[in-house]
Amino acid sequence: MNPWHILALARKEFLALLRDRRSRIIIIVPPILQLFIFGFAASYDLDDVPIAIYNPDGGSVSRELVARFEGSPHFSIRQRLGADDQVAPAINNRQVLMVLRFGPDFSSRVLQGRSAPLQVIVDGRNSNTAMTALNYVRELVLAFNRDLQQRRGQPLPPVQLTVRAWYNENLQSRWFIVPGIIGSLLLVVTLLVTALSVAREREQGTFDQLLVTPLRPLEILIGKSLPGIIIGLLEATLILLLMVYFFEVPVRGSLPALYTGILLFLLATVGVGLMISSIALTQQQAILGTFLFIVPAVILSGFTTPIANMPEAVQWMTTINPLRYFLVIVRGVTLEGDGFALLAGQFWPMLPIALTTLTLAGWLFRHRMQ
Amino acid sequence: MTPRGRRLLGMIRKESLQILRDPSSISIAFVMPVVLLLLFGYGVSLDARSIPLGIVIEQPDTTTQSLAGAFERSEFFAPRRYGSIQQAQQALAERRIDGVLWLRNDFSRRALRGDTAPIGVFVNGVDSNQANITRGYIQGTWLAWLQHVAGARGRPLTLPVALEQRIWFNPAVSSRLFLVPGLIAIIMTMIGSLLTAMVVAREWERGTMEALLVTPLHMAEMLFGKLVPYFLLGMGGMLLSVAMALLLFDVPLRSPLWLLAGSSALFMLLSLAIGLLISIVTRNQFLAGQVALVVSFLPSFLLSGFLFDIHSMPQWVQTLTYLVPARYFVAMLQTLFLAGPVWPVLLANGAAMLLMLVVLTVAVVRKSRKRLD
Repeated sequence: MNPWHILALARKEFLALLRDRRSRIIIIVPPILQLFIFGFAASYDLDDVPIAIYNPDGGSVSRELVARFEGSPHFSIRQRLGADDQVAPAINNRQVLMVLRFGPDFSSRVLQGRSAPLQVIVDGRNSNTAMTALNYVRELVLAFNRDLQQRRGQPLPPVQLTVRAWYNENLQSRWFIVPGIIGSLLLVVTLLVTALSVAREREQGTFDQLLVTPLRPLEILIGKSLPGIIIGLLEATLILLLMVYFFEVPVRGSLPALYTGILLFLLATVGVGLMISSIALTQQQAILGTFLFIVPAVILSGFTTPIANMPEAVQWMTTINPLRYFLVIVRGVTLEGDGFALLAGQFWPMLPIALTTLTLAGWLFRHRMQ
Repeated sequence: MTPRGRRLLGMIRKESLQILRDPSSISIAFVMPVVLLLLFGYGVSLDARSIPLGIVIEQPDTTTQSLAGAFERSEFFAPRRYGSIQQAQQALAERRIDGVLWLRNDFSRRALRGDTAPIGVFVNGVDSNQANITRGYIQGTWLAWLQHVAGARGRPLTLPVALEQRIWFNPAVSSRLFLVPGLIAIIMTMIGSLLTAMVVAREWERGTMEALLVTPLHMAEMLFGKLVPYFLLGMGGMLLSVAMALLLFDVPLRSPLWLLAGSSALFMLLSLAIGLLISIVTRNQFLAGQVALVVSFLPSFLLSGFLFDIHSMPQWVQTLTYLVPARYFVAMLQTLFLAGPVWPVLLANGAAMLLMLVVLTVAVVRKSRKRLD
C-alpha cells in the first residue's frame, strides 16, 4: 500500500467535491441551517395549547380553576363558548385543541363536598399531542384538588406520588431531539459525499481509467473514504459546538468516548455510502439507493419514536442500522454522563457494519462492470 | 389531431417508454411506498406497552403487595423486582429499565396511620416524551389503586374535581391512526420530488436536452409532456398507499374518496413541480439529487406537524413551515381520514397548496426558457 497513492486520490476526491461552488454550499450550509431550524422546531413539549372554555356554572370554584388555566404557560384560552353546540365546530375546524366543559352545578357540588366532573374534549387527530395536553391538564387538576382539600381541611389521599426524572430533569424534549438531529444530519452529509463518488465516475467512464492506474482497490477504497470521514468529523465538531453553546445541551460524559463513537459511525456510514455507490450503475440509481437507506435509517433509529415500541421483527432489523447505536452514544455522553464502559455495547456493533460494507464496496470496484 | 397535440403525445410517449425501460422510476413510484409504509406503519409507534419498570419494596406486606400487584397486572408495565434501591438505580443507569418505583420501609406504617406516605418514582428522562407517557401511566395506575383501596375500606375516595376525558376522532388513542396518514404525506413528498428532480437534469447532462431543443417542441409542451407520465406514476403510488392504510392498518376513511383523490392530485402536482424546478435550476444529477434529498425528507418529517406540534414552535419557525408543502397535506390527510370533510380545514389548506403550485409553475416556466449556455 502506498500512502502517496492514497493521498493523491483523496486530494482529487476533495477537489471534485469542493471545486463546484454549489456543491460546496450543499454540504456545509444545509446541515447548519437545519440544525437551527429543526432544533427549534422539533419538540414534543407544548406551549400555549389553544383551548376553549364552556362554563355555564360561573361559580367561584370553576372561576378559580379557569384562572389557573389562564395562568399556566401551557395553555392559552382562545374562546369562551356560550352554548353546547359551539363545542364541535371549535374542535373540528382546529380552532382549539381542547374544550373544557363544566357542568352547570360544578361549583355547588364541590362546595357540598361531592365530586364534580370536569369534561375535557380533545382533538385526537394527533393522538400524541392530545395525550401530552391531557397530561398537562391532569397535573393542573391534581394540584388544584390537593390545594382545595388542604384549604378545606379534608384528608388527602393516603399515598402520594413524587416523580423525579433522571438525566433530563425538566423533561425538555429539546435535550432529547437535538442530539438526535446531529446523528441524522451526519448520516445525510456523509452519504451525500460518498454515495455518488463511484457512481458518477462510472457513468462518466473515468472509473475504468482509475482501475487501470497502479492504484490497488484497497487504496481506492481508503482514498474514497477519507473525504467523507474528514468532512464528517469537521461537521460533527461544528454541530456539537452549536449544540452545547447555542442549544445549551450539557455534555456530562467523556468526550473521547463521544469521538470514538463519531469515528465508528462515520466509518459505518461511509461504508454504506460506498457500497451503494459501487452497486449502482448510474447516478440515478445511487441517489435512489441513498434515499432508500437514509429514510428508514432515520425513522427507525429511535430518533423520534422509541425502538422499544416497534414489533419484534422491526426491532431486529434495526440492529444493522448504525444510526441506532450512534444516537444512544450521543445521548449517553451528553445527558447521561456515560463513558466507555457503559457504551461498549453500542461501539462494537458498528464495526461489523463498517467492515462488511467497506469490503463489499472494494470487491465491487472490480467485479461490477458493464 | 392538431400538430400541437401530436407533439405532446409524442413527448408523453417518449417519457413513458423511458420510464418503462429504466426500472428505477417504477420502483420509486410503486416499490418505495409499499416498503416504506410497511416499515413505518408497523415500526413507528408512540404507544408504549410493557415498559420495563423496576420495583423496590423494602418491607413487603399486604399493602405493598397490592400496590405492586396493580403494576404487575397493568398491560403498560413489565415490572421487575430489585432487592435494593442501589441495584435498581444501577439498572436504570445501564438502560435496562425505564423507571423505578421505590416503596421505603415505613411505607405501609405511614399509609395506615393516615400520614401521607410517599412513593418515590424515578424515570429515565432522556426521551422526555416517553418519560411523560410513563409518568402518566404510573399516575393512572396509582389513582386506580387508591380508589380501589378506599372502596374496599368502605370510604370511597372523593376527589373534588374528577376529570372525564373524551378524545375525539381517535378514542383508543392509537398513534398509528395519525402516523399512517402523516407518513403517506412524507413518502409522497419524497417520491414526487425524486421522480422529477433527476429527469430534466439527466437530459442536460447527457446532452439529449440540446437534441430536444432543436425540435419544434415548445418548452411548456416539453415540461407538460414530462409531467404527465410521472403524475400518473405518482398517483398510482398514492393509491397503493391509501389501500394499505385502509386494509392493512385499519385507518378509517371518514370522507368521500373523491376528496382524497382531489387533494392528493393537487399535492402530487406540487411535489412534481418542486422536483422539476430543482432539476431545471441545477442541470446536474449530482446536485439535483442532493438538493431533492435535503429539501424534501427532513423538512417534511420535522416541519409538517406530522409529529411535532406546529403551534408550539417559535414564531419564525412557524412562518417557515408555511413553505413546506407537506404541512398542508398532513393537515388535510389527518382531517380527511380521521375527522371527515371539515370544509374550513380543507379549503384553507387546499388554497395554500394551489397558491404554491401557481408560484412554482411560474418559476419553472421562467427558468426553463429555451436557451443554451
